[in-house]
Amino acid sequence: MTGTVVTITSGKGGVGKTTAVANIAVALASEGQKVVCIDGDIGLRNLDVIMGLENRIVYDIVDVVEGRCRTRQAMIRDKRLPELFLIPAAQTRDKNAVSPSDMVRLCDELRGEVDWILIDSPAGIERGFRNAVAPADRVLIVTNPEMSAVRDADRVIGLLEAEEKPAPSLIINRLNPSMVRRGDMLSVDDVYDLLRIDVIGIVPEDENVIVASNRGTPLALDGKSKAGQAFRNIARRLNGEQVPFIDLESQSLWDRLARLAGRK
Amino acid sequence: MAESSLVQIKGIRDGLLVSLGEAAWPVAQRALLERIESQPEFFKGARLSLDVGAQALRAADLTALRDELSERGITLWAVVSTSPVTENTAQLLGLATRLFKPSPQRQSLSRASDRNVSPAKGLDDETALWVSKTLRSGTRIEYDGHVVVFGDVNPGAEIIAGGSVIVWGRLRGFVHAGARGNRQAVVCALDLSPTQLRVADEIAIPPRRSGKPQPEVVRLKDGLLQAEPWQPS
Ligand SMILES: Nc1ncnc2c1ncn2[C@@H]1O[C@H](COP(=O)(O)OP(=O)(O)OP(=O)(O)O)[C@@H](O)[C@H]1O
Ligand SMILES: [Mg+2]
Repeated sequence: MTGTVVTITSGKGGVGKTTAVANIAVALASEGQKVVCIDGDIGLRNLDVIMGLENRIVYDIVDVVEGRCRTRQAMIRDKRLPELFLIPAAQTRDKNAVSPSDMVRLCDELRGEVDWILIDSPAGIERGFRNAVAPADRVLIVTNPEMSAVRDADRVIGLLEAEEKPAPSLIINRLNPSMVRRGDMLSVDDVYDLLRIDVIGIVPEDENVIVASNRGTPLALDGKSKAGQAFRNIARRLNGEQVPFIDLESQSLWDRLARLAGRK
Repeated sequence: MAESSLVQIKGIRDGLLVSLGEAAWPVAQRALLERIESQPEFFKGARLSLDVGAQALRAADLTALRDELSERGITLWAVVSTSPVTENTAQLLGLATRLFKPSPQRQSLSRASDRNVSPAKGLDDETALWVSKTLRSGTRIEYDGHVVVFGDVNPGAEIIAGGSVIVWGRLRGFVHAGARGNRQAVVCALDLSPTQLRVADEIAIPPRRSGKPQPEVVRLKDGLLQAEPWQPS
């Protein structure tokens, strides 16, 4: 096996990186692929919580890097999907406990064992970000349709260009189609117009995401929600499939009535 | 090689200028950090400009050093190099790449307010910097002459030029033309919607535009910055 290392990053915080990692991982593993997620947000770990694996942590990534355990011992197996693993971040150490070359070494070891290595990057462009992108074969940048998030995404793309990393792809998360229609939110085109990189996913705003995170059962596991579907589509596109974007623009009954009444 | 010949330090107007010798980068970097550790009080809180000579440095090198320095309370704000690779990296990281030598008028880029400077001062009319890529947020280009960008200038990117700035693309970032006081400098772009424009010491915050973009030229007229649509003559 030669696993692919995919790093999910953003620049701005809170845009949905951890949510994306958990859901894409679950979607890939449901298709029978072997996946390991690495929480790169040392000191602020939360991928374990969103995946519902927090109570099973024994060793973490710093233990691996500092040689206190073997890599296998730090890989927590998911309860639902036997092909899904998590290497948690350390909660009590700071990001300097791991270096970019540690990450490269760890991923090189894992590449032989799994199909996908997904790395959850911390926000920002400092050490934690560089740790997360150092081993990446692919980088996915998460942004929200919001000027400040897009600006930070642009900065990150510039830095990746400087590091001569392969061209990143974009996930636009928390799109609210009715706000876009009213002109109150940047559209996919607006975001693309500025960033000009390949768009690999468009995920709608969906309160089920928050419910699912609180339960520790990522949305992509099952459910009919559009957000879950959007994450599953990202997983398929990572696998090289051509998947059309789901129609987020299809209008609600209310919108259609409003339009008929000449209000829009 | 003795450490002292690897690291030379002098005080400049903008802080400390450190020149590193021609040693391999890891050696040079270690020498600098050792020097800092030997006089932590001297360096604490300093603004550091680094002259790395011909070293070709990548983003990973400079960001690693910047982290090391910031952990020691030192701000790296400029990297000067004769290597185009290093210069490019520094620009992408938003670091200054030119140290403006204090002129007799003590004119500086940030305080280019001395009105009685002759227009062409500090500007070599013949030289231009050619940039053939989109400048993304956080990028900062400083150049004594003119700057020509073949690509967009995104919001959050900055160009500071002694001469004029031409953007064959969309200008949505920050541009300061004639930054050393040249009031003849112009700014033109195919789509001119900058966050802010300056020519010499005049500042304009353009209104939000609607409608179809058109090529425009901005110049100083009667002491005011004015944008005019480009007309084929
Ligand atoms: N598509 C969505 N719809 C609704 N809520 C969402 C969506 N995506 C993410 N969220 C919510 O946004 C919040 C932030 O998400 P998340 O923790 O994944 O962001 P992050 O980028 O990892 O943040 P940090 O930078 O702090 O690591 C969470 O409460 C999450 O449930
Ligand atoms: Mg997170």
